[in-house]
Amino acid sequence: MTINLTVAVASGKGGTGKTTVSVNLACVAAATGYKAAYLDCDVEEPNGHLFLKPRIARRYPVSVPVPAIDTDKCIACGACGEICQYSAILCINKNVLTFEKMCHGCGGCQLACPTAAITEKGRAIGFVEEGEAGGEIAFYHGKLNIGESMSPPLIRAVRSAGQNNPLNIIDAPPGTSCPVIAAIKGVDFVILITEPTPFGLNDLGLALDMIKELGIPHAVVVNRSDPDNNLARDFCKEREVKLLAEIPDDRRIAEAYSRGELTFSAAPGYRGVFEDLLISIVKEARR
Amino acid sequence: MKIAISAQGQTLESKVDLRFGRCNWFIVVDTDTGDYRAVSNDQNLNAAQGAGIQSAEIVSRQGVEAVISGHCGPKAFRTLSVAGIKIFTGAEGTVADTLERFKKGMLTEAEEADVEGHWV
Repeated sequence: MTINLTVAVASGKGGTGKTTVSVNLACVAAATGYKAAYLDCDVEEPNGHLFLKPRIARRYPVSVPVPAIDTDKCIACGACGEICQYSAILCINKNVLTFEKMCHGCGGCQLACPTAAITEKGRAIGFVEEGEAGGEIAFYHGKLNIGESMSPPLIRAVRSAGQNNPLNIIDAPPGTSCPVIAAIKGVDFVILITEPTPFGLNDLGLALDMIKELGIPHAVVVNRSDPDNNLARDFCKEREVKLLAEIPDDRRIAEAYSRGELTFSAAPGYRGVFEDLLISIVKEARR
Repeated sequence: MKIAISAQGQTLESKVDLRFGRCNWFIVVDTDTGDYRAVSNDQNLNAAQGAGIQSAEIVSRQGVEAVISGHCGPKAFRTLSVAGIKIFTGAEGTVADTLERFKKGMLTEAEEADVEGHWV
């Protein structure tokens, strides 16, 4: 089937089921005949590989640019420190000091330097791995170095690695800040996973506020849903957001998850839930 | 010599601020004459990052030879060291008390940062 679609699976709260939904969606998409790719952009704690068990074919480091100072050319004028908004470089006592981990790689200091004493060098923040799962799903994930705070460049590298696939499913990090924005900016559609609890809905509300700012079409999927619990249904009605699917609170799903198995492998009855969800997403995204 | 003491207010009776990078004021004192003035550190109170570095730059611009505070993190320590400014930590009480203790040689110079950095 020809298609050109990028869908991100996100949530405000962590642990709501982004990875469960992402990997199951990727598998039903591939089984349905889509050329699907799974992109794990939760680079601080990627875990989609536990379910998809990919064969990794390529691995490469990702760096961010940081300033390198040629002390012979430097006239200690301080222009670099004046332009830096992150205190990553400053000139003090005729010395130029750099704090590489605070650098956002904007290149401003390089432009401001009147003697071309500043060049760029790379600071490694993590790496990308590419491969395939089950012979039919293209697989990409990023792994951020321990102690590293600069994740957006690595997230963009994962997205750029997989950009040519017809159907991309992005497993986004939780929250509402820079890493999530890097993972979902410019996608065609976002599904927000929540659970029907006060915690889940509070953070879903924050995620909805964020996504409205970004102006991306979106809908909600409720995980660990209970027929008698209307919290999430009422919330979606109130916030006028479409509820695309509900995944029941079923112990078999949790058990499959804890063994690193796909939901519908352990509980075949749920295959239809993900197939229907995929159809709904494609339909919604094309609207 | 000229020194800077991190403070919560603008006078010698003000309490020492235990934080170097995010203190409200620096009391810059000439220990020979006793003259002092308060220098605002307002710009760093809500800085997202780099407060210690910027504070070090502020006191450096005042031409001080030493700073006295409660604590000093690694980035501030590195910046102050490169600026050739001595660092004394463990201050408490009022600015006046701290100044007296410094003059009597009761404060020891820090050889390294005594608290961890933030953000990295």
